[in-house]
Amino acid sequence: MTETVAFPQDRTCPYHPPTAYQPLKEERPLSRVTLYDGRDVWVVTGHAAARQLLVDPRLSTDRTNPAFPMTNERFANIRNRRTALLGVDDPEHNVQRRMLIPSFTLKRINALRPQIQETVDRLLDAMVEKGSTAELVSAFALPVPSMVICTLLGVPYEDHDFFEEQSRRLLRGPRAEDSEAARDELHTYLGNLIDSKQKSPGEGLLDDLIAEQYSEGNVDRQDLINLATILLVAGHETTANMISLGTFTLLQHPEQLAELRADSSLMPAAVEELLRFLSIADGLVRVAKEDIEIAGVTIRVDDGVVFSTSVINRDDDTYEEADSLDWHRSVRHHVAFGFGVHQCLGQNLARAEMEIALRTLFERMPDLRLAAPAEEIPFKPGDTLQGMIELPVAW
Amino acid sequence: MEIAIDKDTCVGAGMCALTAPSVFTQDDDGFSEVLPGREDGGGDPLVREAARACPVGAIALSGD
Repeated sequence: MTETVAFPQDRTCPYHPPTAYQPLKEERPLSRVTLYDGRDVWVVTGHAAARQLLVDPRLSTDRTNPAFPMTNERFANIRNRRTALLGVDDPEHNVQRRMLIPSFTLKRINALRPQIQETVDRLLDAMVEKGSTAELVSAFALPVPSMVICTLLGVPYEDHDFFEEQSRRLLRGPRAEDSEAARDELHTYLGNLIDSKQKSPGEGLLDDLIAEQYSEGNVDRQDLINLATILLVAGHETTANMISLGTFTLLQHPEQLAELRADSSLMPAAVEELLRFLSIADGLVRVAKEDIEIAGVTIRVDDGVVFSTSVINRDDDTYEEADSLDWHRSVRHHVAFGFGVHQCLGQNLARAEMEIALRTLFERMPDLRLAAPAEEIPFKPGDTLQGMIELPVAW
Repeated sequence: MEIAIDKDTCVGAGMCALTAPSVFTQDDDGFSEVLPGREDGGGDPLVREAARACPVGAIALSGD
């Protein structure tokens, strides 16, 4: 038997799947990988198999299940505590999700577009005022989604240094204790915010949830804190990575960037293709509650299953020349936001933010370029959301 | 063509309204809904794409 590939691994190029995953591509749609703790689990790498398995209710996302696989030592302690949305199965998950979906409809998100545009314009104004170079993650990629999610939730943006730092620690540690402490900090912060909002309500999704769900006894305080935490963290970290890595990728693909500049109506298609191409949330995790037959193999009860979205979204059977960036392909069925009942709740918000941020950035700064050699710009390790750590640019 | 939406299954991802906006929308609770007068799909080829894009298979199509 050949040696199993370790999962996850660092990317070699920030916008391509790790080269070490090459054997996984050759073994599509399913093979085995070894996690940090030595446990072997299934890895799903084929597009059709992924779409089939991600809707299969026999695969559970319940992190309190002792058989739930951990892809990272940092999250090992999470299994002892309840989490919201992504950490729970239906029917409980469905109850939580239904409280939130009215706030994330296409209509509601489209109504936020002018506000997103204003935020983007203001941040770019500030960059231009300061000179002709900037570190784009801290000056733009992070503040855009951070400000937007604050407005949407009703979290005061003046606290952004605090929650951005805690989110970074939660997701990147480095140690398990760091992640746990960061989560405690976020819980305390959001608990206090909920208490003060109860006394003097403001405007935002958290205020709505307090008035319509918490006061009615539909959700308890800890569950509301858990929901607020995941919304706040997922609401800014993910999109920040897409903006930074998307910008880097465009700057490294001058032909595609020129095409996009010449015809900005390509932007929605470009965002969709970037989502597929970059697959920043690479490694969705599940555990089997029953035996599942698929593609000639049996996933046994308690087996761990991980979905490598970066490999799935480059499946040659689904996407022609899957490794190239092409605004004209049909990219609709990528799994960058997942699939099934847990598919990203904020996906249309993310799309709107990316469209507006990338379009405006390249309009305002037609001469935008990297201010350091591409190979020297640091990007995130493989065990967390993918993106740039820093992005020095000039214009 | 007939379009049937299972609102018990719908998770409000909004993929239908994004993919075929001439036929689908979301109601105030976030659930998928067919626009008035578009119950037959209005001949829009994107209806099939929208049904396929639904992450939970909540859209069933019957007939041509």
